[in-house]
Amino acid sequence: MITIVLNGQSRTCAAGHTLAALLEDAGYAQRRVAVEINREIVPKSEHAQREIHDGDRIEIVHALGGG
Amino acid sequence: MNAQLQSLSAANDALVIAGRAYHSRLLTGTGKYKDLEETRRATEAAGAQIVTVAIRRTNIGQNRDEPNLLDVLPPEKYTILPNTAGCYTAEDAVRTCRLARELLDGHSLVKLEVLGDKKTLYPDVVQTLKAAQTLVAEKFEVMVYTSDDPILARQLEQIGCVAIMPLAAPIGSGLGIQNRWNILEIVENANVPVLVDAGVGTASDAAIAMELGCDGVLMNTAIAGAKDPVLMAKAMRKAVEAGRDAFRAGRIPRKRYASASSPLDGTIA
Repeated sequence: MITIVLNGQSRTCAAGHTLAALLEDAGYAQRRVAVEINREIVPKSEHAQREIHDGDRIEIVHALGGG
Repeated sequence: MNAQLQSLSAANDALVIAGRAYHSRLLTGTGKYKDLEETRRATEAAGAQIVTVAIRRTNIGQNRDEPNLLDVLPPEKYTILPNTAGCYTAEDAVRTCRLARELLDGHSLVKLEVLGDKKTLYPDVVQTLKAAQTLVAEKFEVMVYTSDDPILARQLEQIGCVAIMPLAAPIGSGLGIQNRWNILEIVENANVPVLVDAGVGTASDAAIAMELGCDGVLMNTAIAGAKDPVLMAKAMRKAVEAGRDAFRAGRIPRKRYASASSPLDGTIA
């Protein structure tokens, strides 16, 4: 198991997980979200290949009501 | 803008922002509504074509089946204008815009706002200028929220912002246009659209902005915070249209004394 920080909260996940798998676990497989890992944007086209590493700080954002 | 779009826009009195023409001059926010259905209905009643949205962290593990804002306001139907509300530094604002561009498949139109103070939500203009420079260099199309300072408006235009959006009054205050001479000065000197953003309270405020020659009005709280948001959205749509027409029609000059409307000849007395 590895430890990551997901949207500011510490979590554990299986080693070797891809970003796409992480998004699916979190329920965002078909959702419109954008992802940053360690402050670098990971384009959608790279979600399936990108491996999650111990200590990664991941941000998942979406659009919501605002003015 | 190509010549065809330019002549078409002039004929329809369209609002042109970053080379795209819109018939609606009322832009709306999507915050503070009771639910997404009310957001949808108010947005429709406003006739808005450009809607601004916030970019925020998702709530991990919560409400995973809840409909998303972009399900009720689909990007195929509306021009989504992601904003940097809540950012207090140029760095955070730029980071938010980059995330928005990824979220919206390369969409580059953004509303930049960098705030300086939680009490007034006044823009931090130094950080705003800095962020605008970076964003324009990264090929974003920047609609910028700013104070009603004509010099700053000019500088933001020189940097390359596609629209200047001075506040009428503090965000959410509903105080209406506090310095119409500043707004007029900004409008008269700008070569890009000027939209009043923030501070509108009711329909007459929106009409005044348009009568001053603003190209549009952006609002959220005035609609979402009304007792009947859908009805207020409709009122705002009419006010923006009426104000625009009045501006184009050319108002009469103000005079101190009366000027009779009926003929002076042929009275029986």
